[in-house]
Amino acid sequence: MWTDSFILYALAAGIALALVVGPLGSVVVWRRMAYFGDTLAHAALLGVALAIAAEQLPMAGVGLTGVLIAVLLFWLEKQGNLSTDTLLGILSHSALALGLIVLSVIQAQGFNINLMSYLFGDLLAVGPSDLVLMYGSVVIILLVFSQILSPLVSISVNEELARIDGVAVEKIRFIFMILLALVIAVALKVVGILLITALLIIPAATARLYSKSPKQMVLVSVLMAIAAVVLGLLVSLGWDFPTGPAIVVSASFLFFVSRIFVR
Amino acid sequence: MPTAHQQTVSNANAENRPLLSAENISYVIRGKTILDDVSLQLHRREIITLIGPNGAGKTSLIRILLGLSDASSGKVERQQSLRLGYVPQAIDVPEVMPIRVVDFLNVTGLYNVKQCQHMLDEVNCAYLLYSPMQNISGGEMQRVLLARALLKKPQLLVLDEPASGMDIIGQQALYETIRFIRDKHDCGILMVSHDLHLVMAATDRVICLNSHICCTGHPDDVSEHPEYLKLFGDAIDGLALYSHHHDHEHDLHGNIVDAEHCHSCEPGEHEEKWQGDK
Repeated sequence: MWTDSFILYALAAGIALALVVGPLGSVVVWRRMAYFGDTLAHAALLGVALAIAAEQLPMAGVGLTGVLIAVLLFWLEKQGNLSTDTLLGILSHSALALGLIVLSVIQAQGFNINLMSYLFGDLLAVGPSDLVLMYGSVVIILLVFSQILSPLVSISVNEELARIDGVAVEKIRFIFMILLALVIAVALKVVGILLITALLIIPAATARLYSKSPKQMVLVSVLMAIAAVVLGLLVSLGWDFPTGPAIVVSASFLFFVSRIFVR
Repeated sequence: MPTAHQQTVSNANAENRPLLSAENISYVIRGKTILDDVSLQLHRREIITLIGPNGAGKTSLIRILLGLSDASSGKVERQQSLRLGYVPQAIDVPEVMPIRVVDFLNVTGLYNVKQCQHMLDEVNCAYLLYSPMQNISGGEMQRVLLARALLKKPQLLVLDEPASGMDIIGQQALYETIRFIRDKHDCGILMVSHDLHLVMAATDRVICLNSHICCTGHPDDVSEHPEYLKLFGDAIDGLALYSHHHDHEHDLHGNIVDAEHCHSCEPGEHEEKWQGDK
């Protein structure tokens, strides 16, 4: 009996993630923000370490450091002089190095951390309380996202035209960065820190091949992400592969098949 | 006939107020003066063309008027809740975005397909409705950008080199379209242009810019203005026929009565710059 419920929990958690990586991943692809996703992921390790040290939920730690990184990046971009990819290079690796230091300190203090489960996810260990937290976050993310989708499309096409149309470009960009930070937190248990950017990029890239309009791409990328989750879960159960990597490989499989057959 | 959303122009007072006015705009980047004490006003139903050589600050001025950049000094006043339409030279739509012309026109979600179709019709591009944005030509792009600006029912329409990337026939058609738009939508129009002769025909007022406003007035007057000839004389005649002593330019050319002249042209301040003429 317990095998049934843990598979259902895993599936529910995977679908929760698929619901948000599709839409937000589409915008990440449009706006070339893959490196920002990577930076958030690296910072997530710091978030996990800090949360464990403070005996809080790792997901909360990841969300918080993500928001902090978004705020820092936003401030640094305003200062001028350095390009965004340089700034991300600074933030990304500083956060990772800091995370490793905090990890080693708390391990020396006797905290027992299963690092692998954070790096690659631990989908099969998801429980009901995780699901409540995940779906709560998903609902909030999607509600906010649906409010800013039009302006996001607008600034992805052309920021100046968007500005003249009265879009508060900075505000929208900032809100989107915060949403992305929350998505990383949701993804922690499912695919882990190292693979989250893959789930933002790959389903959206696959959806691009099937789509004619921005909204269509958003919807199709959700379907692609769900398909990757289901396929990955089946593969992982059938061959006893690690679940997170199996989901990412499934997403890539869907991409390559589509690339070959869709013109 | 004033309608509900034209309240701002419903009384005679508002009628005469400029849509937008700029006073003493200067713009300096890293010590380089791009714009120097530029003032201008844009009115309803008026077509103004901004001309000037490369690097004269035309694009900077437009960006400041549109609120995309901030002037170093001076102020820009827009009529309250002014509906602005902007047509840039071209935009690069990322290849990775699936977006058709109809999605682009209706990116704000405020219009329906029929309205988009109708507006494309007005700029003679109705066949583009479902084309991907990445597949359309430069001339088509400008028409689509124009249609997008018109959907807003702009009170002021700003066009940045609307004829670039078009052949002569296309340009002529475009200027006709622009006049038609002014008459139909009752808006003010400000455009930047390089090509002089075509523009002249479709313009109420020309502003000749070279960091400062060199001369301004009716096209016929400006085309005889020494400052204008100085900037474009070579381009017009193929020869530098023009010569005059800068000190006397105002006395010698009394026929340019409506043209305001900007002080920074006076000898003294720009001594070095104009020395070649003496």
